[in-house]
Amino acid sequence: MEDRILFTKQMKKDYTILLPNMLPMHFKIMSAALQTYGYKTVLLENDGHDVIECGLKYTHNDTCYPALLVIGQFIDALQSGRYDLNKTAVMMTQTGGGCRASNYIALIRKALKKAGFPQVPVISLNVAGLEKNPGFRITLGLGKRILYGVYYGDLLMSLVNQCRPYEITPGATQAMADKWVARLTAEVGSKKPISYRSVRKNYAAILQDFDRNLPRTAARKVRVGIVGEIFVKFAPIGNNHLEDFLVGEGAETVMAGLQDFLMYTVNTAVVDYRLYGMKRGKAAVMRFAYNFLHKKQLDFIRLYKENSSFTPPTDFERTRAAIEGYISEGVQMGEGWLLTAEMLELIESGVKNVVCTQPFGCLPNHIVGKGMMKVIREHHPGVNLVAIDYDSSASRINQENRLKLMLAGANRVMAEEEAGAYPLAK
Amino acid sequence: MKKTSLALLGIDIGSTTAKVVLEQNGVITYQCYERHFSQVRSKTLEILSRLKELIGDAPVKVAISGSAGLGLAAAAELPFVQEVFATGETVRHLQPDTNVVVELGGEDAKVIFFDGGTDERMNGSCAGGTGAFIDQMATLLDLSVEEMDRLSLEAERVYPIASRCGVFAKTDIQPLLNQGAAKADIAASIFRAVVNQTIAGLAQGRRITGKVMFLGGPLSFNMGLRKQFLHVLKLEPENAIFPDYARVSVALGAAIYASSLQETYTYSELIDRISSATAAGTNTVTLEPLFYSEEEYNAFAARHAKATLPERDPAQYSGDAYLGIDCGSTTTKLLLMSEGKEILYTYYSSNKGNPVHIVKEQLEAIYALCGERIRIRGTAVTGYGEELIRHAFHLDHGLVETMAHFTAAKHFNPDVDFILDIGGQDIKCFQIKNGAIDSIMLNEACSSGCGSFIETFARGLGYEAAEFARLGLFAKAPVDLGSRCTVFMNSSVKQAQKDGATVGDISAGLSVSVVKNAIYKVIRAGSADELGKNIVVQGGTFHSDAVLRSFERELGRPVIRPAIAGLMGALGAAIYAQKNADIASSVLSAEELQSFQHTSKATVCHGCTNRCNITVNTFADGGRYISGNKCEKGAGLRPSENPLPNLHAFKRERLEQLVPTEGTRGLTIGLPLALGMYELGVFWYTLFCELGFGVRLSGFSSRKLYAKGQYSIPSDTACYPAKIMHGHIEALIEAGVDAIFYPCLTRNVDEGVSDNHYNCPVVAYYPEVLEHNMDSLAGVKFLYPYVTVNAERQLAREIHATLQDAFGPIDLGSVKQAVRAAGRAYARHMASLREEGERAVRYATEQKKRLMVLCGRPYHIDPEIGHGIDKLATSLGFVVVTEDAVAHLASHPVRPKVLNQWTYHARLYNAARFVTEQKNAELVQLVSFGCGIDAITTDEVRELLEAGGKLYTQIKIDEITNLGAVTIRLRSLLGALEQQEKEGV
Repeated sequence: MEDRILFTKQMKKDYTILLPNMLPMHFKIMSAALQTYGYKTVLLENDGHDVIECGLKYTHNDTCYPALLVIGQFIDALQSGRYDLNKTAVMMTQTGGGCRASNYIALIRKALKKAGFPQVPVISLNVAGLEKNPGFRITLGLGKRILYGVYYGDLLMSLVNQCRPYEITPGATQAMADKWVARLTAEVGSKKPISYRSVRKNYAAILQDFDRNLPRTAARKVRVGIVGEIFVKFAPIGNNHLEDFLVGEGAETVMAGLQDFLMYTVNTAVVDYRLYGMKRGKAAVMRFAYNFLHKKQLDFIRLYKENSSFTPPTDFERTRAAIEGYISEGVQMGEGWLLTAEMLELIESGVKNVVCTQPFGCLPNHIVGKGMMKVIREHHPGVNLVAIDYDSSASRINQENRLKLMLAGANRVMAEEEAGAYPLAK
Repeated sequence: MKKTSLALLGIDIGSTTAKVVLEQNGVITYQCYERHFSQVRSKTLEILSRLKELIGDAPVKVAISGSAGLGLAAAAELPFVQEVFATGETVRHLQPDTNVVVELGGEDAKVIFFDGGTDERMNGSCAGGTGAFIDQMATLLDLSVEEMDRLSLEAERVYPIASRCGVFAKTDIQPLLNQGAAKADIAASIFRAVVNQTIAGLAQGRRITGKVMFLGGPLSFNMGLRKQFLHVLKLEPENAIFPDYARVSVALGAAIYASSLQETYTYSELIDRISSATAAGTNTVTLEPLFYSEEEYNAFAARHAKATLPERDPAQYSGDAYLGIDCGSTTTKLLLMSEGKEILYTYYSSNKGNPVHIVKEQLEAIYALCGERIRIRGTAVTGYGEELIRHAFHLDHGLVETMAHFTAAKHFNPDVDFILDIGGQDIKCFQIKNGAIDSIMLNEACSSGCGSFIETFARGLGYEAAEFARLGLFAKAPVDLGSRCTVFMNSSVKQAQKDGATVGDISAGLSVSVVKNAIYKVIRAGSADELGKNIVVQGGTFHSDAVLRSFERELGRPVIRPAIAGLMGALGAAIYAQKNADIASSVLSAEELQSFQHTSKATVCHGCTNRCNITVNTFADGGRYISGNKCEKGAGLRPSENPLPNLHAFKRERLEQLVPTEGTRGLTIGLPLALGMYELGVFWYTLFCELGFGVRLSGFSSRKLYAKGQYSIPSDTACYPAKIMHGHIEALIEAGVDAIFYPCLTRNVDEGVSDNHYNCPVVAYYPEVLEHNMDSLAGVKFLYPYVTVNAERQLAREIHATLQDAFGPIDLGSVKQAVRAAGRAYARHMASLREEGERAVRYATEQKKRLMVLCGRPYHIDPEIGHGIDKLATSLGFVVVTEDAVAHLASHPVRPKVLNQWTYHARLYNAARFVTEQKNAELVQLVSFGCGIDAITTDEVRELLEAGGKLYTQIKIDEITNLGAVTIRLRSLLGALEQQEKEGV
């Protein structure tokens, strides 16, 4: 680890930083935040076959699919000729912890070297103090702006999920979302200081805009929850555009936002202290951070209720409590207990169909995903849980067939509830 | 009959077959079940054309189902119903008292539970292939499916065959075939594997009990499969339902579902819609053609035509000759060579499940050819069947495959620096530096069978391999079929066929996939320069110009393919035979051959606790050859007092000393000896003994123990060491313990040499899986507190709280004392390990023995998980040590490029450094299939070793491990080392 290329202060001035794309709307706004602080970021949008090919070529093929995709995206971009190879860096998040995902940074470095780009620095974006670079520092101001990117992204994602299946004019929802992304990107990307008050104001305006200015039908649709390993859960490139598929099949998708994962991560140190007596000081700081984030979430929930008819996100404390009797908060690798909690929370809030997405061979998911399904089914008869593996070689038709099975069951239940007649399956 | 009443039509088009049911007035008036050879639309139309008269002008309600029906329904804008859902409809209407349905199709397996809300499940991505799997296995045995089924009923025994997936199963079956196991037994074993796969992959912890209905094609045709299901599920005949509509149950369900729909169609409307249905978008990704023009191909062919060896007409030759035999996993090759290394005679053919017979025939043919003029002076055999053939025909020499191939390639091009061999089952590649093998890469189970897959696939479509390859050369749009494994490829092919890919497109696509698998999964190369300048490719698969072209294209540089690519092993053996020839060969003479007879019998060796499945081959001259054994005991030799130090055995002995105790409290705590308990067993044992509890370990694992807990495994793709945990829990419950203890340990012992000291997620949290998936735990206290072993006081408090909850008041002070004692016991244990490690290293150095660090995880010393590989290593003359016994001998801790997160893995890195610093030491890494973390550690260990000038050997192990392949690996290593020494590298 000693011989890595540091991202120096000089590099900050003239290097382009490539960002992988996990959540298109979130990352666009966060990228703007980085730009405000002088980083020349580019959010990668390359997708498809070439990305996967690059990933397969330069990583151990048994590595998790998300790593393969992220690396594929970087290398495909570097090979495109669009970037000055001596003035480009790449950035990736790093969480630490016992999951192999904590090693993405090292795998990226290995792959870059193998592909002939050893000079490209890899910047770790982490809050755990793992790897430091003189040219990159998350200041309080930058951290705040990135956080706002998370909040705005979560809001827009939740609204798109709730509107798109019901929109009367096809494409209207995405158009409205795009409009807001552009506006927010400009705002977060400007030098002007941003106050939390202005964030609240935007929140209210967005909620009202979607609610009032986006005509929607009152049709009843099957609601399908999506949980899973964070990358394949969120990134269309990772899950064969799962959301589009489900919406196309006439379902509404429901998923918790990125801030839940953030709170889960922050909570880790608190649990470590409670269970193992580790690092009291760190735990105190993290508890403070957790409370801060949680208070914000409660505020957003209030804003949802005040300004719209949309279903607000679930209070994270409720999500956290859902695992009582199922799994311990001590399970902290990968998505850990949060994945189980999200399944349970969805079911409790009436979403009886849940897709659990996972990269093929994901270790934590043996425990928190597939490992918990039996007991969840026992306690909630009639729930429809399906685990789908994603991988470079998994056939799409098999994935879709399993999703269709879930939807068929869901449609039957809905039809039985409504009239006792069968709907016409698509 | 007036035909105006409503007709209900159910159409089910699966991955391999089309099923149609027509119901009129509540009566089934037509049904069929036929293969569609991927001609989805035309087959459907053809079947429907038979219904014209029956339907007449009646209105039709229709629903289409099945994985291939999905695309058709969408394109024709006809109603679709998912197939498992359709099955549910059938059962709900016709047999509502059914509790569970097991349905096997061509590629999918499904289980539906009806109690407590319908719970419908399909197999995951890895377990693809049930019907298709049975077809493939039958081809492998050179039988029709019917013959295989009939034979299976005569089986006398069942071999364990990996049920994880078809590729693994095949890897297990090949050596059984080569060892001469009876086909009847193998057939039954194949069906048993299907059953195990269904239970492990789909039931996932839910028991299949009550009234069970069996549906789908394979279950309605194969009596042998039914028999195995009944046996394993312990079903009474009255609870097993095999309805006469089993084959068409989905189509029937679709018809029932159709009855609830509003739309009706006339017969001609229906035909119109289906015939005008064109696939909307395709899911298939296409690649560049292999050749754009004839000229391009001709230039390519001309270039490769130069790589030939001189031939000589045996009728014109008299003198000495040398015979090389390569008895591979799927093919047998023979080559007879003159004194001047000219080819006199060659033979290349599929084994057809009986290599002994083929070699006998060929020897006879060769003798006839030789007459009195040619004298066979030396003989050698290589390949999977080496031992069997050598014993059967008294050949002079046996040599390991890698050496044979290297010898042959070197003869061809003395400067060769990289050899890639793609055979039927295995992919082998080796790099040559300074005239010696520098690194060997062999495929692991997942990449197995790529070569033979193309052949099997071609045959399935009715083509010979050569013709199939030719079709691929000029295909316009080769399809991308992925490169993970043949099971995944198989389903991608089906998808491509549905999207209209031609045979040629598929042939070319398969060639590219096999090549990519070799380059990116086995060799792990990023560029051609990593391989070398003089590349020789060989192996039967490279006879295909399509594969050769794909390889050159992917690599971006020309390579040499000898015209006898498939015979290189045999050539190497022949050259070896010549080099080591005596005055005469000991091979059976023409006369002796006449009375040659061979019988084989399968049995279980009772030499030790491994209980190996062995095959005893008896030959007419009274010679015997035993195969399948893991140590020399099974080979009928005297139980050897092998004096070589073996740390695996040492550690096992240490664990055996933790005998069950009574205790003073009248309460017994059970410790499952799996996963982390292999590391900390002595710690927890001491702790509970100190506190006056009775303590009982579950003992070492076995197949039987695994089977005991198999039903409750929720995730079939987890590693074997985790899955076997279920069996240990069952064993402890049977032993009547009062509580079972296996704590959740996010972090392992901190040895102070790494960035962090985590356990992997599976070791750390598996108790959560046990608690929520093992119903039998309800009857016993299961204690799995979240604890740390690095802080005595914290640990004491946690243990105290846990015990108090479980058993009432207990003194905190005594728990503290017990924790301290446990810590001391663990420290003493580790110290003794290190001491023994040092002793072994000294011994190896003094006695001039080779030292092998057979490393992995602590639980790999389990005889069932490690498959006795340690014994195999000592029998090859290695002193065997473990990573935890030598890691401390590294000059200084390794700072790997990756985050050094895990205790066990930090030991691996340091052991690797030790190996690079110790002249006589080698490292072999055991990796459990499905271990995600080892995707990271293997690369890192390999880099460390190669930087230190050592060979890296990896062995993937799983539920079953083909010890034949392991033997080849270890012998290759040994061969490379010996050769390096000879060359003075």
